[in-house]
Amino acid sequence: MLKYIVKRIVIAIVTIFVVATLTFFLMNAVPGGPFQAEKSISAQARANLDAKYGLDKPIFQRYLTYMKDALHGDFSESLKQRGRSVISIITTKFPVSARVGGMAVLLSLIIGIPLGCIAALNRGKALDNVIIVLATCGIAIPSFVICTLLLYFIGAKLQWLPTYGLSSWKHYIMPVISIAVYPTAYITRLMRSSMLDVLGQDYMRTARAKGLSQGVSLFKHALRNAIIPVVTYVGPMLAYTITGSMIVEKIFTIPGLGSEFVSSALNRDYTVIMGTTIFLATLMVLINVLVDIVYTIIDPRIKLK
Amino acid sequence: MKKRMLSLMLVLAMAACLVLAGCGKDESGSKGGNDAQSGNDGGEKQLAVQIGPNPETIDPALNSAVDGGNMLLHNFECLLTVAEDGTIKEGQAEKWEQSEDGLTWTFHLRDGLKWSDGSDLTAEDFVYSWKRVCDPETAAPYAETVLGMVKGFAEAQAGDLDALGVSAPDAKTLVVELSSPCTFFESLAAFATLSPVQKATIEANGDSWATQPETYVSNGPFYVTEWIPSQEIVMSKNPYYWDADSIKLDSIKFVLMEDPNATFSAYNNGEILLAKDVPTEEIPSLEGNDEFYVDPIIGTYYISLNDSKEPFTNEKVRKALSLAIDREYVANTLMQGTYSPAYNFMGPGWMDTDGKEFIDNSNNGQPYISDDYEANLAEAKQLLADAGYPNGEGLPNLVYSTNEAGYHVPLAEYLQQAWAELGVNVQPEIVEWSSFTPQRREGNYDISRNGWVGDYSDPSNMLDLLYSTNGNNDGKFNDADYDAAMEESRTTIDPATRSAALHKAEDILMEKTACIPVAYYNDFWLQSPKLKGTWHSATGYWYLMYADIEE
Repeated sequence: MLKYIVKRIVIAIVTIFVVATLTFFLMNAVPGGPFQAEKSISAQARANLDAKYGLDKPIFQRYLTYMKDALHGDFSESLKQRGRSVISIITTKFPVSARVGGMAVLLSLIIGIPLGCIAALNRGKALDNVIIVLATCGIAIPSFVICTLLLYFIGAKLQWLPTYGLSSWKHYIMPVISIAVYPTAYITRLMRSSMLDVLGQDYMRTARAKGLSQGVSLFKHALRNAIIPVVTYVGPMLAYTITGSMIVEKIFTIPGLGSEFVSSALNRDYTVIMGTTIFLATLMVLINVLVDIVYTIIDPRIKLK
Repeated sequence: MKKRMLSLMLVLAMAACLVLAGCGKDESGSKGGNDAQSGNDGGEKQLAVQIGPNPETIDPALNSAVDGGNMLLHNFECLLTVAEDGTIKEGQAEKWEQSEDGLTWTFHLRDGLKWSDGSDLTAEDFVYSWKRVCDPETAAPYAETVLGMVKGFAEAQAGDLDALGVSAPDAKTLVVELSSPCTFFESLAAFATLSPVQKATIEANGDSWATQPETYVSNGPFYVTEWIPSQEIVMSKNPYYWDADSIKLDSIKFVLMEDPNATFSAYNNGEILLAKDVPTEEIPSLEGNDEFYVDPIIGTYYISLNDSKEPFTNEKVRKALSLAIDREYVANTLMQGTYSPAYNFMGPGWMDTDGKEFIDNSNNGQPYISDDYEANLAEAKQLLADAGYPNGEGLPNLVYSTNEAGYHVPLAEYLQQAWAELGVNVQPEIVEWSSFTPQRREGNYDISRNGWVGDYSDPSNMLDLLYSTNGNNDGKFNDADYDAAMEESRTTIDPATRSAALHKAEDILMEKTACIPVAYYNDFWLQSPKLKGTWHSATGYWYLMYADIEE
């Protein structure tokens, strides 16, 4: 087990290194640069900027410098938001995305698991059909449509909820719902099919035959087994959700990391591109390792080697 | 079995941790008004507005964008300021004079000027700030625009800051020596890049001084009390501002929204009293609404032709392409009236040396291009034939490059159609923004969308674009007479000679179709009738400092 974890961590470090290297050279290969604007700046000002941020050096040397600094924990400053360090951007924006995303994950579990069970237990009945239709819609409708609809009806027409920022609990409602719709629908479907699968198993029949009540057999035997695929899905979903969604952040004016990630690429803010990419890659890899470890705890049949 | 539940609990706990981890800091940040509705709640008069996205920087020396400029305007005050009618008036300086040769400017500061932290502000602070703009370590994008004519500028930009001709003989006097006369130096003295900044906070905090409210010391009517990037900037009234008695608001909240639909909702909700980003699909329904404003800014949407490339080396071809555009249709129908048709290069708002609008004196008061589209089209066909391309025969297939934003792509499609009338075959090409400007600057295109919004209202600010060696001369227009006219406008200090030179330059530009003006920019926005005492300038800024909210 320990050996396996060490091995996974070594692979993780190599992965992050490869991602960082690829990103560095790819972003420099794309035309344009951080100091481009509709109005060109004077040649001298441009030269001063390049010199200040080391962009006048050959690319390979810049790569070495960057990697050396990064290993020492120095991720430099944003080239566009001058005066802000990349670390400060990530540490102020990630918690916001994580909070909204984390709430959405909780919400989707709280709603999705019972809904999937209800659908499975009412298989073929009207209630099952309603849930399935809703879940299919939830998967098919993109988040920007949900955002816009919520904003228009709940925010503008009914004026029940504030439309921007995150300054009170009310502000969280619309963004969290927008993000939660897809995973909720997905978990509902996953839970339904895995519940149906479990309900057809021999041990369930045995449990009923032993005379266990409906409730006990469901909660003690069916649910615990049926939930395994959901746990498997929650890991990557969590990683994906807490890193923020650019669309939801832009529409609800949320200062999260998702839009920072996308706009840094569009603006060629090299240092922010590198910083956010390394951060997100690390997060993804870590969560993947955690999920693998959690697997062995859930299912003793799986052995890590 | 226990383990399975345990692991599920673990995942739930992880999610819960993330939720909780972020809390805490945010709560302390939102002091004052949580649901801060604009107006009187809890005694504080706070105005909430949306006039742009998160500014990249609000360091006066580093800013080069309108978003940042709107913030600087409320936090800082230069030596001089721009009044509501566009004229220059006193700011931190109460009087000023220039020497007879126009080379020495002396500014006399007001008594008792203070920074927002209560410490004294002196002429020496201006010397420090202006030298900082030149400093290669600062790498200020606008350094040359605002200080290029000051003595010793080149040496200062190379690192010898003391060479810059700016000095403070005493605490209340600032003397600026120029290497060449600059008749619009007053406009520059009112330009945000030349705002005074406090040496103490910059030396203590470096470039990051302008990212934290605690270290962001300023000298204007307001000072920043909170900045949540991409969410909001809150400014409070600066009690140390010399004219604080005229400031009626306690604070202004700039909501940094980017989605026009969200902005529109927030405006309709009453969460903000001014909304700049109005969804284009709402514009037809807003016409005639007295909360909807359209106001010109000094800027022109134009098309660059690659003058160094066949067939654009031929003036007649350039002119034919220009005449084949129905500007009335483009501005009022295609762009929904949010732009105005441009029949000159220099539109409304630019100031001539006699204090009148430049456009009123252009071409004897007549537009260069007639608004009779049918006649123009006939002339265009004739010109093309004269150039040796009757009905476009013999012309290569051309590419029109643009990025995708606003009306750029619909215009590209319109142009393809309009030029097809001449028999000219044009293919639109959409280029991603960050690649678009360098491609255009390198002259790597046939025809390209272009545009300019003035920094200050002196016409040279835009006419300089077509000067042969200007960094923004994307069309590579190269005309000795044009350059000579611009040179003359730079060296003379006689207002009439200067005006004549500038008008001559525009005459040449339009005669030779150095580029194709299409439409003049406007700003358009929604503003509640409750919000009084604000104005919008021709440079695209909203002046909210003297605003009041009337219930």
